[in-house]
Amino acid sequence: MPLIPYALIHGEPLLELPQDLYIPPDALELVLETFQGPLDLLLYLIRKHNLDVLDIPMAELTRQYISYIDMMQKHRLELAADYLLMAAVLIEIKSRMLLPRPPRAGEESDEDPRAELMRRLLEYEQMKLAAQKLNELPQAGRDFEIVQVLIENTVRERLPEVSVEDLRLAWLGLLARAKLNTHHKVRREQLSVREQMTHILRSLQGGEFVEFGMLFDAESGVPKLIVTFIAILELAKEYLVEIQQSETLGNIYVRTSRAITAE
Amino acid sequence: MSEQAEQLPQSETVAAVEVLHDLLQLKRVLETALLTAAEPLPVSELKKLSDTALDNRQIEMLLEELADDWQGRGVELGRVASGWRFRAKPEMQAYLDRLNPQKTPRYSRAVLETLAIIAYHQPVTRGDIEEIRGVAVSAQILKTLEARGWVEVVGTRDTPGKPELFATTRQLLDDLNLRALQELPSLQEIGSLLEQDSAAQV
Repeated sequence: MPLIPYALIHGEPLLELPQDLYIPPDALELVLETFQGPLDLLLYLIRKHNLDVLDIPMAELTRQYISYIDMMQKHRLELAADYLLMAAVLIEIKSRMLLPRPPRAGEESDEDPRAELMRRLLEYEQMKLAAQKLNELPQAGRDFEIVQVLIENTVRERLPEVSVEDLRLAWLGLLARAKLNTHHKVRREQLSVREQMTHILRSLQGGEFVEFGMLFDAESGVPKLIVTFIAILELAKEYLVEIQQSETLGNIYVRTSRAITAE
Repeated sequence: MSEQAEQLPQSETVAAVEVLHDLLQLKRVLETALLTAAEPLPVSELKKLSDTALDNRQIEMLLEELADDWQGRGVELGRVASGWRFRAKPEMQAYLDRLNPQKTPRYSRAVLETLAIIAYHQPVTRGDIEEIRGVAVSAQILKTLEARGWVEVVGTRDTPGKPELFATTRQLLDDLNLRALQELPSLQEIGSLLEQDSAAQV
């Protein structure tokens, strides 16, 4: 029968607690909590002192029980009502045993006043041992794990699949966008329409028609060509040149305006 | 003549091979379902996995075979109250705990005694439990056990106050790897408690 080790201090039962030793109330409360109530405490006293459960020496048991309770009270521990009730029960049993029992007709034998207490003690002890055995059984999560292979099904929310191809396309898209976003360096081309107008007028100095295409220098690059074109339009607008096209899709000819040469 | 004699058994063999193939396939399906299930699966549920209608006994035979296949592994297939399930063997726990060093808290004696009384005396009221333990049973104790899914209220006793009746659940049996309440550790007879008592006297 394993005794409750918490009830011992340095191998000594708590009953022989030295009075001069200060014990924080919290600690004593802990000791009281190790007993699962008055039945547990009684069982402890009975088993510890090898008392016979079938023939409980009530005076001795009650004395020990009450001394235990007294000690608790000395430390101003608020005792649970259950403990006090049990003290009353013990004293009641003892008193009934002391009183002479008048023989009653019809009753074979008087029931031992201790019978009920004995029954309760044994029933409690049985459950106490059962609890220990239950606790010894291997327990899921504590002594063994339940196996579960993870399947995608267990993921509540299905997440989108991503393939290598998706990644590749995403990267290409990024690259394409990066190209669009590259900085364009805007440089001001030092080209003057006015200057080009002068240049054209100069090449038309002969007064003859010059083929439109001849006014452009194909090698000089797009900006220059545009400036030349604008210059021709500008000259035409200011009536400095005449532009003629004799037939649809035919060659276009340019010559200085009569107004100038006439002067 | 010889042609016919040979052909018949051959087609029979083919059929037999097909049946065997189907059973092997079903065993694989059962294994997969059990490994991926979150809860123990009862035979009635496992039956759905078969293409052909099989009776419980046939499914159980396959499950027993499957359990044999897993012999000698750290994981085993077994039957508990709610059905069949895989579990890691208890001797593996010490190793598994190294990966998860968090200590599992233990239940207090009050909780364990209450559980024992409910398990062995069910259905019981709170008053019954208090009568046996000799102390008031705090609501917290019962709440702890209910939260764990080990006990539940199964009704009320038809006495004044209509006290709730508590009983243990299948979950408790599953968690203790038991198939039925009868498999709980047997109670120590009151008589043997007395014997031990008189032995202590000698």
